Amino acid sequence: MLSFNGLVAVCVLYVMFLFGIAFLAEKRAAEGKARWLNSPLTYTLSLSIYTTAWTFYGAVGSAVRNGLEFLTIYLGPTLVFIGWFWLLRKLVRIGRAQRITSIADMISSRYGKSGGVAALVTILAVIGATPYIALQLQSVTLSFSVFARPGAFGPPNAGQTAIWVAAGLALFTIIFGTRSLDVNERHPGLVSAIALEAIVKLAAILAVGVFVVWGVADGPADMLARIEASPVSQTGWNGARWLGLTVLAGAAILCLPRMFQVLVVENSDERHLATAGWAFPLYLLLISAFVVPIAVVGLEMFGPDANPDVFVLTVPLERRQEGLALLVFLGGFSAATSMVIVAALALSTMVSNHIIVPFWLRLTRHDDPMSGDMRRVALMARRLSIAGVMFLGYGYYRLSGGADALADIGLIAFLGVAQILPALLGGILWRGATRVGAALGIGSGFVIWIWLLLIPNVAETGGVMPQMLTAGPFGLAWLSPLTPLGLQATDPLLTAMVLSLGINTFLFIFGSLVSFPGPLERLQGAQFVNVYDHSQPLYGWQGASGTADDLLIMAQRILGTGRAGRLFQGAAAAQGRGTGLPEPTPDFLEGLERELAGSVGAATAHAMVAQIVGGASVSVRDLLAVADETAQIMEYSTQLEAKSEELAQTAARLQEVNAKLTALSLQKDAFLSQISHELRTPMTSIRSFSEILMQSNDIDDADRARFSRIIHDETLRLTRLLDDLLDLSVLENGRVSLHEAEAQLSDVLDRAIHAAGAQADGRLSIRRDPDAEAVTLWTDPDRLAQVFINLISNAQKYCDAAAPELTVTVRQMPGRVQVDFADNGSGIPKRQQALIFEKFARADTARGAPGAGLGLAISREIMTRLGGGLSYVPSEQGTRFRVRLPARARRAA
Amino acid sequence: MARRLFLERRTYRQNRLQDAARLLPVLGAVLVFAPVFIRGEATGAEGPDLADWLVYYFAVWTGLIALTAFVSRALTRGGGAQAPRAPSGFGSDPGAVDEGR
Repeated sequence: MLSFNGLVAVCVLYVMFLFGIAFLAEKRAAEGKARWLNSPLTYTLSLSIYTTAWTFYGAVGSAVRNGLEFLTIYLGPTLVFIGWFWLLRKLVRIGRAQRITSIADMISSRYGKSGGVAALVTILAVIGATPYIALQLQSVTLSFSVFARPGAFGPPNAGQTAIWVAAGLALFTIIFGTRSLDVNERHPGLVSAIALEAIVKLAAILAVGVFVVWGVADGPADMLARIEASPVSQTGWNGARWLGLTVLAGAAILCLPRMFQVLVVENSDERHLATAGWAFPLYLLLISAFVVPIAVVGLEMFGPDANPDVFVLTVPLERRQEGLALLVFLGGFSAATSMVIVAALALSTMVSNHIIVPFWLRLTRHDDPMSGDMRRVALMARRLSIAGVMFLGYGYYRLSGGADALADIGLIAFLGVAQILPALLGGILWRGATRVGAALGIGSGFVIWIWLLLIPNVAETGGVMPQMLTAGPFGLAWLSPLTPLGLQATDPLLTAMVLSLGINTFLFIFGSLVSFPGPLERLQGAQFVNVYDHSQPLYGWQGASGTADDLLIMAQRILGTGRAGRLFQGAAAAQGRGTGLPEPTPDFLEGLERELAGSVGAATAHAMVAQIVGGASVSVRDLLAVADETAQIMEYSTQLEAKSEELAQTAARLQEVNAKLTALSLQKDAFLSQISHELRTPMTSIRSFSEILMQSNDIDDADRARFSRIIHDETLRLTRLLDDLLDLSVLENGRVSLHEAEAQLSDVLDRAIHAAGAQADGRLSIRRDPDAEAVTLWTDPDRLAQVFINLISNAQKYCDAAAPELTVTVRQMPGRVQVDFADNGSGIPKRQQALIFEKFARADTARGAPGAGLGLAISREIMTRLGGGLSYVPSEQGTRFRVRLPARARRAA
Repeated sequence: MARRLFLERRTYRQNRLQDAARLLPVLGAVLVFAPVFIRGEATGAEGPDLADWLVYYFAVWTGLIALTAFVSRALTRGGGAQAPRAPSGFGSDPGAVDEGR
């Protein structure tokens, strides 16, 4: 007989072996070589976590107490699996297409990403699973105590055993369950360890069965005879319970978080279902094939008083088959550990994704959930959740003190998670199902289940039955969980099942019928129900050739050939492949995605990589995220465009200003040279004539008078020029003072014509319209007259017609008065029209005529000061200047 | 496109296979639940028939597994409505981008 220490040593060795297998699998998978991981056999074996220690040991006990009833636990899942084509295929397809991470995620995704529903399902799952984990710990410690004899260190301490087991399981789950935040949530190390454990437990139970049938009994025929003679055959048969439990087990295999994890989340290839559809029922059949024989033989050996739950262990021990017993022990250990590991993993994913992370996000007001920082938080949350779930299970185990009532918790937990079933099935089969309905259904079923089953069981486990439970709260007997609605129920489980699932389903349908779903909810509803129209079947991608090629092509498009090439080469080198393409390992994909995200945004990058690697269809959430990113990028580029346009405009303006400055500088130079020339000409004659006058004594009086006159005339000309320059300078600097007064336009014109001496000289005839000129102005009449004089004298000087004629037209327009001076000469050539207002500018036609070329410049300045303007009007013939006076200068006549 | 009334013999076979796959759980349910109505509220006192029912259930179970295995294999081998596509099918997307360049 093995000592307790020996047993611990075997356990430690076995666990180390599992760790080794898991590490190896992780390594092989990272290298893309673990093809067996992607096989339907591994998938089927990982499903075997359905058979926990509770069924491993407890099935025999159940057979002793209730005959064939234990079969329902296996027949329910069998019915679900042989119909894989109808239901499971759809679940798996949806899980893949929507990148579902847990059952809570599934429900929440279907009902418009509702955080509330997800949290509700999560809480329900945690509450349902905690006693279940406690049950597993209990079964492990029980098997320890049955198997082991006290060693050197004294008898096994049940509490210590449980805490070591719990801690070891938490460690294993954290190491292999939270290696990365892979969206596909697949865990090769974990899955391979579980597959191995599945083989161990099947081998153990088959070995015991074979030993019992052929070792103890004398073959199948003898066994059947023994069964008929056994008290097992005397057990009753409850048809309602048969039906109810089968349905319950069928529901549980869909809704248990750990089953959903291996069935949907860890599924890597839809075709595996076709194998699992018959192979998993076969596994269940083999697991349960020898339950009745073991029960019968156990009863024969130990009598009805022994604990039938450990017959699997005690029968080989009794027959001194220690090796066999050790195998059985490891089988039970495997059953317990694999269930706890996957349950902890599934629950921690849900707790972290639907409770901790949303809470943390709300707390910190983080706006980018995909940032690296957030990933660390999510990983930490998941690790803490695993430890928390384990601690809860252990705590419950300690509190219950290993009471017998714990054994009932298996079916109670089944019913708890089965509350999800209406919302789950309704969600994938009925587009009309809404969030309100789902929340109402799950919530009500949850509450009824807690009140009718969980609380009484917990109370019973704790050994206390408060008054409130037996008599009902507030003394209302119909509220008591023992007599719900006043029913004298014989079977609390079935009663609770009918009540909770019935009310759940009714409220789910009713709530869905009367509520109105949001747009995202309706979209998701269509995507779920019609998933086959929206997605491609998924086949395994690991090791698929071409994946790396496709990734490289995509990366080159986005990052450019050089950068993508360097990235891929670096990754290949890091993987120990000198040349060629890197394997699409999760690390590499994550890095690539990050790299791409820098260029196209996180959501787009994820969708692109997933499209190539995971074969996931792009969900509405992805599309929304991509649209957000695109909108941001578009806005940014619009901003850039506006800015660049602004810059271009500024540059154009600067160029214009520069051109103007250059022109001004040229003008200034021209002005200076012009002015020195203009000043020099009279000065030259003044100097020369005054020199003659000074040096020559023999000049007659007539000449002296002539020379003096010339000097005088030139001085006058100089003075006039300087006056003009001064005038212009004053005007241009804006320092001119205007003497504004009321004046008649006709008077100003009269004065101007008179001053210009136009009528005295008689050469130029002037045509006017006295009626139109009857306009009263508010202006500086002297300055205005100066402008008119200049225009009239220009006409006198430059009009080259045979009979020069000047027409003065006055026109009143809204807001201004317009005075046109038009002569009948040949006009100003087009190319010079722009120049005539410049200083010293002289049109070709003006050559030879006296004047410094400042007149028009001064006139224009004056008109600008007066608030009007002076312009040249190009016309068919003749020269036409237009003087504009502002309306404020006009007084109503 | 209107639904075709007459399909190829092979497609027709595939569709019937899918029908069979969908109906398998119904057959299973009938076989599993039938004894509830036949056996009724029988107690052990009425006769030690547990061994017979045990044999019945395991026979039914084995039969269902064999049937499912047959149908599933036929479905996957034939391709069915969900014909397996080569992984390279995912590459069509980059191709589309190529044309857009």
